[in-house]
Amino acid sequence: MSFRLSYRADPGNPWFSWQYVRDNSDTILAAVREHASLTGRAVLIAVLIALPLSVLAYWVRPLAGPILAVSGVVYTIPSLALFAFIAPYLGTGATTVLVGLVLYALLLIVRNVVAGLNQVPPEVREAAEGMGYGRWRRLFRIDLPLALPGIVTGVRLATVSTVALVTVGVLVGHGGLGQLIFAGFQNNLYKAEIMTAALLCVALAVVLDLLLILVARLVTPWSTRRAR
Amino acid sequence: MTVAANPIGQAITWINDPLNWTNPGGMLDRLGEHLTISALAVALGCLVAWPLGLWLGHLGRGGGLVVLISNATLAIPTLALLTILPVVFASGFGKTPVVVALAVFAVPPLLANAYTGVRQVDPEARDAARGMGLSGAQLLRRVELPLAVPYLAAGFRTAAVQVIATAALASFVNGGGLGQIIRTGFGIGIAAGGGQIVAGGVLVAGLALLAEVVLGGVERLVTPKPLRRGRQRLGRPRAADATGSA
Repeated sequence: MSFRLSYRADPGNPWFSWQYVRDNSDTILAAVREHASLTGRAVLIAVLIALPLSVLAYWVRPLAGPILAVSGVVYTIPSLALFAFIAPYLGTGATTVLVGLVLYALLLIVRNVVAGLNQVPPEVREAAEGMGYGRWRRLFRIDLPLALPGIVTGVRLATVSTVALVTVGVLVGHGGLGQLIFAGFQNNLYKAEIMTAALLCVALAVVLDLLLILVARLVTPWSTRRAR
Repeated sequence: MTVAANPIGQAITWINDPLNWTNPGGMLDRLGEHLTISALAVALGCLVAWPLGLWLGHLGRGGGLVVLISNATLAIPTLALLTILPVVFASGFGKTPVVVALAVFAVPPLLANAYTGVRQVDPEARDAARGMGLSGAQLLRRVELPLAVPYLAAGFRTAAVQVIATAALASFVNGGGLGQIIRTGFGIGIAAGGGQIVAGGVLVAGLALLAEVVLGGVERLVTPKPLRRGRQRLGRPRAADATGSA
């Protein structure tokens, strides 16, 4: 292996270069923006679909198995193949990437929300019923709030993996930072471009994850209070 | 934005053309490449992760490290690693860097399951073995390892399916494999290549699902009967496979 300190041995093509970042700040910012917006939209749509789906699986027990099984199969399909199925119908736009990302994020969220809902203690459920809570009121006042930790876990996992997955969108020309990674590869191995984009990708995942932890703290104040 | 006219019909036509099977770079070639790369990557992953996981599990230390490795690889985009490793290895774009990159993604499930597999061994069994005078190495080899086999198998399945899925991305760095069929299709353009794109997708997805089913069977076979029912798949949750299928 010839991993070496590139800035010394190979001054023409370093791994890290402020020069590159400064000269291409517009391109990099645009890529980060596309990456973040694709991730945000995908996770948001996935949450909007996953929540009702999970509640359905929670209320109608016989549906829980099939819902989890189908999303499990979708999840096993490699992303490249999934994009290959979608692209001929939706064309090579950002929509194709978005649909693929949503399908993947869906399973992670559904699985965790269902687990969270199932963790609601039966005594609590019975107490709510005894107090005269109807199905919907119990859902919004008892079940969902108590399932919040599971929901948060699902959304966090989905977000981090979506950030990594966006890069595959290169296939249809909308890969966010993946676009830079691939361009760097094609552009005679422009190391600075590849490394900058890869690091920004990881950084974006970390930042979004931290943001979600913060949001989780805000929406479940009781969890921190109990910890103290 | 172009859209293919009848992608499924086109795909059937494409798959039915015998030349697309036997040509250089045809389906059989690509399938061979795909399986070779995947097998090497999984083997390399096992070679690194199993001894380490079993050893850490035996010592009962390093659980934090295992979790850290799992989480870190979740955030790294596959494409980045596939692009960076060939540059690091001065060897250029042969198979080796692709295999190494894929092996990196095989390590977390293998490691986590090996570690959990040893940790879950009943402490009483361990004490009994100690009492019988087994040394540390004997304990690991004769008691902990056999009891960890179901977990090793579960990790192997997760890792193998993940690697097979990820190997499709090797096509981005001209690493061959079935993904190349999809990429070529996109190169032709969606209007004309739509059929080939879908056909490639079917092959990639089919291979991944087939591996999942077959290895699931293997996992069942090596799991002793009393342990079969009700045991969840352990280690890295399926959720964390995300990067793998990226």
